[in-house]
Amino acid sequence: TTGRKSSRRGKSGACLPKLSRVAVCGGTHGNELSGVYLIKELMKRRREADDEEQPILVLSNPRAAQQCLRYIEVDLNRCFSHDALNAPLSDSAPYEVIRSREINAVLGPKGSADSVDFICDLHNTTANMGLCFISCSDSDWISLHIFKYLQLCIPDIPMRYLHFDLSHDEAYSLDSVGKHGFGLSMEVGPQPHGVVRSNVYTTMKTALELVLHWIRLFNCGTVFEGGPVDVFTLVKHVDYPRDCSTHDIVAAIHPLLQDKDFCLLNPGDPVFQTFSGETITYNGSESLYPFFINECAYYEKGIAFSLSRKSRVNVPSLRANRDQSR
Amino acid sequence: MDHVFFPAFSRVAISGGTHGNELSGVHIVREMQKHNVNQMGSLSVCPILSNPRSIEVCRRYIDTDLNRCFTDALLSTPLTDSSSCELRRAHELNALLGPKGSDRAMDLVCDLHNTTSNMGLCFIIDFLDWILLHMVKYVQIKMPTAPIRVINTNVASKSLSYSVDSVAKHGFAIEVGPQPHGVLRADIYNMMKEAVDHTLDWLNKFNAGTTFEGDKVEVFVWEKSVDYPRDPETSQLTAVIHPKLQDNDFKLLQHGNPIFKTFTGETVNYEGEDLYPFFINECAYYEKRIAFHLAKKETIAFPPISVKKE
Repeated sequence: TTGRKSSRRGKSGACLPKLSRVAVCGGTHGNELSGVYLIKELMKRRREADDEEQPILVLSNPRAAQQCLRYIEVDLNRCFSHDALNAPLSDSAPYEVIRSREINAVLGPKGSADSVDFICDLHNTTANMGLCFISCSDSDWISLHIFKYLQLCIPDIPMRYLHFDLSHDEAYSLDSVGKHGFGLSMEVGPQPHGVVRSNVYTTMKTALELVLHWIRLFNCGTVFEGGPVDVFTLVKHVDYPRDCSTHDIVAAIHPLLQDKDFCLLNPGDPVFQTFSGETITYNGSESLYPFFINECAYYEKGIAFSLSRKSRVNVPSLRANRDQSR
Repeated sequence: MDHVFFPAFSRVAISGGTHGNELSGVHIVREMQKHNVNQMGSLSVCPILSNPRSIEVCRRYIDTDLNRCFTDALLSTPLTDSSSCELRRAHELNALLGPKGSDRAMDLVCDLHNTTSNMGLCFIIDFLDWILLHMVKYVQIKMPTAPIRVINTNVASKSLSYSVDSVAKHGFAIEVGPQPHGVLRADIYNMMKEAVDHTLDWLNKFNAGTTFEGDKVEVFVWEKSVDYPRDPETSQLTAVIHPKLQDNDFKLLQHGNPIFKTFTGETVNYEGEDLYPFFINECAYYEKRIAFHLAKKETIAFPPISVKKE
């Protein structure tokens, strides 16, 4: 992709093109309600106020939102890899596959010069993760600076930066459609799917306003000072112990692991409790940071929790390119 | 109060998965079935999964809420080709565990549920039933640190009782939260399992001839429910449960207290009699137009009881 080519790194930092076209998406999973209601509220306010200079707003999966389901046929947020977007479309293609092509046409096409400059996709989780940014790059200076900015502005809200190491082409989530893969998923939890909690809605609304504010500052030429950011990089997923024949789970997340997202998990620590009360311990060799602990939607994906390594990324200072040839 | 005698309990059912995404009950029943539990002391026990099709897809229901299908009227309605999946299942369950109102019905049905509300462990009963009140008191004493409460739904008559447990001679639900639907939390599972074990224990002690002394218990009696503020055209929510009400189930709600916060940040206050809220922000109740229920708190005295010796 052209990400690196168009950024220049001067002695003192990085320069990147302005983010002229920005998109905010909600309801990519129809039962993750903070994003559904936030997008609807922003759309309503836009109709009433007739604002300029606003991001593109997308209710990603309207049918799933209408029925308050994660998806109708397939998970929309797994449909955006380069291969998935370019595969031939059959007559019986699932609703979400068709919808992903529509979204790609409006916000993309992914990989082309026409795609939007930045996408922020809104999600909730049943896991106790606070506010998390998920990105496919650990050198997306835009997303990393946005994260630093939020840490500065809302220091009381626990927040973390998650990195899934995937190439731009391989990245399958909606936020990867943006140019250079600049984009992030904003996850806020814990919230049951199908429920709106006021505190969670407020956190997401505040965070989104700050994201958009940072983008305005960036576009106006603000220089953002560099610095270290702790990044959690996905290492592996761990499934529930299951019955060999029925594939039903035979244990639950152990009470000592439940709600302990981002608390270091050491070899020998309890991870599962069987229905007959026995403890199963973590048998990995490396201490890692768990997250997405007991996420409802991941039972069917075979994920009880995910594990990550923490590293420190030195983010260079950043400003927008002064010459605007694009 | 005068001593009351009841016949011994011989057939009891433990039902789970009446709502397919309320997972504690699903796994408690599956575990009992796996270990072929069918006798516990003097009790013949039937662990049963009420709505297997909805359990399979981890949804509350396929066509319609199974736990609203057990009124006398619905159970006596003849099934047709267009009858919902759940109504058919209700008729099957009525044949298995009932028939409701007959002498052949299960002596007791305990139906297991979860809620997204912060309700701790609740015994939900349709009527004041001395057996059930004794049972609750026993469980409260055995689990002194657990938040255990009794809710009386205050339904007008047995014939109008709509829940699966109403088919039994003595029926009740155990509702435990908070737990997201589709999620299994070990702490919630453990609490529910312990309550079920103590319930079966009590029944065995009762059958063995123990006299249980009279006592009293606090009961929350359903009074009314309150819906979310909605857009008059679209019916969509325009506000959510206020942060000061969220998670405060069973804390007295007084006239003037905040109950909703609109998406634009305004507060809506409660107007009405001081009452106790519960089922605050239950996921499944958005479509039933219930933001929370309100109850009066009463202290109910119950008499000493023991088994009627034949």
